[in-house]
Amino acid sequence: MTHAVLPDTKAPSRPSWVRRNKLAIAPWIFLIPALIFFAIYVVIPIFESLWLSLYEWNGLYDVNGNSTAVWVGFDNYAKLWDDPNFWVSLRNNIAWLVLYMLAVPLGLFIALFLNQTVTGMRFYKSMFFFPFVISQVVVGLIFGWFYNPDFGVVGTVWKAIFCEETVNIVGNVTFTCSRPAPDILSSPEWATYGIIAAGLWPQIAYCMILYLTGLNNVAADQIEAARLDGAKGWKMLWYVVVPQLKPATFIAVVVTVIGALRSFDMIAIMTQGGPFGSTNVLSHYMYEVAISEYGERYGYGSSVATVLFGIMLFFISYFLWRMYQDEKGGR
Amino acid sequence: MFLNLKTAVAAIALSAVAGTAFARDLVINFDDLNPGPKKGFEDAVEMFKAENPDINVIVNINDREAHKTAIRNFLTADAPDVTSWYPGNRMAPFVDAGLFQPVDDVWEENGFNEDLAAIKATMSRDGKIWGVPYSYYQWGIYYRKDIFDLLELEEPGTWDELLAACGKMKENGVTPFTIGTKFLWTAAGVFDYINLRTNGYDVHNALTAGEIKYTDPRIVATFDNWEQLINECGFVDNHASMSWQDAIAPFANGDAAMYVMGNFSVDGYKNAGLTEEQIDFMPFPTINADVPPAEEAPADAFFIPANAKNVEDAKKFLAFVARPDVQTQWNKTIGQLPINSKADISDDKFIQEGFALLNAATGLAQFYDRDAPAAMAKAGMEGFQEFMLDPSKKDAVLQRLDEVQAEVY
Repeated sequence: MTHAVLPDTKAPSRPSWVRRNKLAIAPWIFLIPALIFFAIYVVIPIFESLWLSLYEWNGLYDVNGNSTAVWVGFDNYAKLWDDPNFWVSLRNNIAWLVLYMLAVPLGLFIALFLNQTVTGMRFYKSMFFFPFVISQVVVGLIFGWFYNPDFGVVGTVWKAIFCEETVNIVGNVTFTCSRPAPDILSSPEWATYGIIAAGLWPQIAYCMILYLTGLNNVAADQIEAARLDGAKGWKMLWYVVVPQLKPATFIAVVVTVIGALRSFDMIAIMTQGGPFGSTNVLSHYMYEVAISEYGERYGYGSSVATVLFGIMLFFISYFLWRMYQDEKGGR
Repeated sequence: MFLNLKTAVAAIALSAVAGTAFARDLVINFDDLNPGPKKGFEDAVEMFKAENPDINVIVNINDREAHKTAIRNFLTADAPDVTSWYPGNRMAPFVDAGLFQPVDDVWEENGFNEDLAAIKATMSRDGKIWGVPYSYYQWGIYYRKDIFDLLELEEPGTWDELLAACGKMKENGVTPFTIGTKFLWTAAGVFDYINLRTNGYDVHNALTAGEIKYTDPRIVATFDNWEQLINECGFVDNHASMSWQDAIAPFANGDAAMYVMGNFSVDGYKNAGLTEEQIDFMPFPTINADVPPAEEAPADAFFIPANAKNVEDAKKFLAFVARPDVQTQWNKTIGQLPINSKADISDDKFIQEGFALLNAATGLAQFYDRDAPAAMAKAGMEGFQEFMLDPSKKDAVLQRLDEVQAEVY
């Protein structure tokens, strides 16, 4: 007696909701940890900072752990408007943005120059790339010494031209100069440009490396064709090579703009914003009024940060929009 | 968090070893890791322990700059029983936020009102006394004795004598003053002294308390004198790119002859190769003979946080650090001056001169950046530096400082 095995009449069970939507859900599951941290360390602090800029607060809590902040509305922004130090910082930020852009063409020319096959080229390339590898703090220190009117390169050269060695009253060697050596970092007019020049050094190296990789992808056949059509020199560069380097140019501009707006380390190392605040930029001014020893005005510092955030947001939105447009065009 | 853990571990370890739970913890935060000051503090703590075997003292020593940041957190989050800090306006934010507790009773019981009288005003705010100082040091002019001897100059006692001496130095190719204003506060020392000598202690206090304007004729007079000092004496070139340590180089080399500085700089001169015979100290010369002498003498002090757990022993420690014998020993170690008028001083010549100077003073200023609120001090010192680089900007600088003053107070 055998029982006929009944066919399984149960309809195949519908896959669960998770299973059905796993392609849509999976990315989110992988994203969640990153999103949580991004929210805690980036998004929420941005809003806290915006909120704090409407308070006056010296950063202290009372005995019971309550903040001593006082609501002042938009007072901090009104103060900013009348604060000459803020305008000096903003002007310096613009100087940084404009002059820092020099890194892009200069990086391109060095890249073109290095894009040849000569023995030992790898070595030269790495030497040119070297300044980008060392920390900004170190670059700042080196340039600070470089500009030093007493023992730096500038001072030494100056002494060789304009000064003579004499013996002072106690019999030690000293220098008497027909005109005093230029003290770049303590001159309110020149200090900012001195720091920007120092900042350009690693930034040019960065742009150079971007262009070097870009140059590897330039189509040889197009160059060949252009050459047959008689293009050479600047025309070749401008109409044939540069258009092909567009992606590299875009990235170089983006990193340079962001680098210019983030300029903080070198100012902190070379001048601390001095002399009398004339080399401050917004990021350093924010640090100075909020966190430094003579600051402790967190609300005011937050309002400076908010302005800087606004400027950054403008550039970053533009870049994101450009990238989005490019991607759409690419499809 | 960290402190808590440390405290707990130390307490457990101690009770395990001694088998007693009666030892009371006393947590002290101190803010100087330099060998001298650290030793001075640790020696004092050892002595305190020996006298109070029932108190379990736990010490946390931090670097000065780190302490300035840390105190803002630990006063609320995890308060020690005693912390070092500075009097004058530097203690004001903490007093105003209710984070320190008044210690008037300590002063009362130990007779500090008499023995520490000179510093009492500085330690007070809102009619209460907030801490106990253990040390201070004098400011004045350190000069190259050998250069003065070569030029046959005496210590100038008055403004005119100083200007005359400067003239002679310049004729002989010596820059009268060295200074490094990169970190700003050194310029404030010069300003304070010219102001104290031109207008006196009360005007200094009124200015730093925001009661008189920077365009006030009295302050303008101070700046006029300063301009005269810049023109007729003069400071080293490039001072805006030098720290106070960098500025020792021209002084040690004999290019500059005088330095308006605090006594902590003596070590720097000696390290730069100058001998005790080559350097000497003089008070800043008199400008207006009618103004009673007042000096700069920044003090270091101990405070009890409002959240302290062991207030009773904390007060015992505060009473201890101001005792004459403790202050004598401590200040000998760190090369500074005891504040307790009954304490003895070491026979170092700079200390001796400083002691005589400060005892004769009718008022002790803390220093521009400790007496004025932080935001004002920053703007003020930037203004001083700007003025020193270009005295013709005087009016613009004073105008600007008035605006900042109106905003800060």
